[in-house]
Amino acid sequence: MKKSKIFWSYLILALVIYAVGQALISLNIIDMYYKNMLITMCINIMLAVSLHVVIGVTGQFSIGHAGFLAIGAYVSAIFTMKLGMPFIVAILVGAIVATLAGLIVGIPTLRLKGDYLAIATLGFAEIIRITFLNIDYVGGAAGMQVTQLSNWTYAFFAALITIIVISNFTKSRHGRACIAIREDEIAADAMGINTTYYKVTAFALGAFFAGVAGGIFSHNVFIIQPSAFGFLKSFDILIFVVLGGLGSLSGAIISAVLLTLVSTYLGNFPETRMIIYSLVLILVMLYRPTGLLGTKEITDLFKSKKKGGIDHDQ
Amino acid sequence: MGASEFALFFSVKEAVKGVKVMEWIQQLINGVSLGSIYALIALGYTMVYGIIKLINFAHGDVFMIGGFIGFYAMVRWDMGFIPALLLAMILCAVFGVIIERVAYKRLRNSTRIAALITAIGVSLLIEYTVVFFRGAQPEGYPDLFVEKNITILGVQISKTSILILAVSIVLMLLLQFIVQKTKIGKAMRAVSHDADAARLMGINVDNTISATFAIGSALAGAAGVIFGVYYTKVDPFMGIIPGLKAFVAAVLGGIGIIPGAMVGGMLLGVVETFVSALGFSLWRDAAAFIILILILIFRPEGIFGKNTREKV
Repeated sequence: MKKSKIFWSYLILALVIYAVGQALISLNIIDMYYKNMLITMCINIMLAVSLHVVIGVTGQFSIGHAGFLAIGAYVSAIFTMKLGMPFIVAILVGAIVATLAGLIVGIPTLRLKGDYLAIATLGFAEIIRITFLNIDYVGGAAGMQVTQLSNWTYAFFAALITIIVISNFTKSRHGRACIAIREDEIAADAMGINTTYYKVTAFALGAFFAGVAGGIFSHNVFIIQPSAFGFLKSFDILIFVVLGGLGSLSGAIISAVLLTLVSTYLGNFPETRMIIYSLVLILVMLYRPTGLLGTKEITDLFKSKKKGGIDHDQ
Repeated sequence: MGASEFALFFSVKEAVKGVKVMEWIQQLINGVSLGSIYALIALGYTMVYGIIKLINFAHGDVFMIGGFIGFYAMVRWDMGFIPALLLAMILCAVFGVIIERVAYKRLRNSTRIAALITAIGVSLLIEYTVVFFRGAQPEGYPDLFVEKNITILGVQISKTSILILAVSIVLMLLLQFIVQKTKIGKAMRAVSHDADAARLMGINVDNTISATFAIGSALAGAAGVIFGVYYTKVDPFMGIIPGLKAFVAAVLGGIGIIPGAMVGGMLLGVVETFVSALGFSLWRDAAAFIILILILIFRPEGIFGKNTREKV
């Protein structure tokens, strides 16, 4: 009973945030620039949360997430622009194709561990980018024109659904299996968890929501180019997850929001932005390697301390 | 058609074939010289990975810094190629040691993910600091040779290729000498084999790791200068793709194995040049990553690696 009460209160909180955002936009209190920032924020939350399920929950170090973003972006853009499908259908198709790509990438590479997995995912993301660069149908290096269809409603609800699905996944039996793999893969294997199955599942789930984010992204920027999905983009997403705390969903969301704000305000000084970004990244890793929240959630702070003693830090 | 015409026809055909073969030999030499640049970078990756199990993403940026030092030395300070090369190597060695001491030393006992992310952070920091101070525009390298090609047995070979090959071979031989014959090389091999046992034997592990970074970075600096000579331009982001490819080369040869990095680099250079020569130049960059994934799936220990069993 109590659980559902918490769920509903968060849902209402989310709807209030949505209503405030919508009101700000419809009443023209904020201009295009900030409206765009809100949509970017939702996209970044989606990306951060979808990578969180791979790195934070399952402990598989993937640094090629921009590849799935690219697939979602291009496939959905093809469906709306070339085939004239409705936006929702295009987003779903983009996400499904990204999931398939996630399976194709995940099944062979998830046998690898640690650094090798990281490099293999990076390699796959680069191959995806170079493939789009070489397809003339989607404009090659010059890019592909896309009309703007994304708005605050689409972006917000896509992000909300992403958060709900991923948080429920994490709390489910499957999520616990994934956490077990993160903590100790060999022990998890010994306990009868099908480690390959869960790793691939988490990977595909992450790819699906990265694909959704790609659909929203491509219909927000007027033109998509392969260069936007290089490995710097993957690092951006990685930074959200790592700064927030590996294993913390709310940490990923908070750092996505904060870093989007920072990069919007430093938008005119991209070099300074990247210098600050990288310094923060180094300092956090040196002095607080678990990230800002560690594996804790922000919601844990509101809970009474009665339970006590359970510390999820390693 | 008379007999003489037949003869002419065949001789033309032979000639065409001959040109083809010559072209391929030319491409092979280009590939090997490009590959030797990858090999020089890969050596630093493989040595550092062998000793502290860290993928030093900032290595590609040390290479970039080397390219810029070489540029400033040759253009602004009117140095010759060899002095510029040596200067770049020395400064890059110092730079590599600073990176290691400031950023990586504290991470010896942290998780692999933390170390990898720090390396990514250092890489971004170096790139954007360079952009901050001098902008992102590329810089043109001076031409070293007035006459670009020489002809050996009918094969046109660019002088730069020969220079690159010569410099890399000298440096690789020097490295082999250092690693195999000197005391510090012995210490490096010992630390990469078992750091704790090496410490018990009285080897200063910290200094050995720094020395590894110094040597690796010096090689990357040299690679930066000859890369600038080869492609005639340097820019702040030039380290990213060659750095990644050099890592691929290191994995291809078997990471942690020095001859493996050399062979892996050369092989990768040749494959890339052939892919371009076959008319798929836009797919060139993908070739390296496809090789990487194939090698990781089918032979993760690399060409020269030994299969190590995982211990629980």
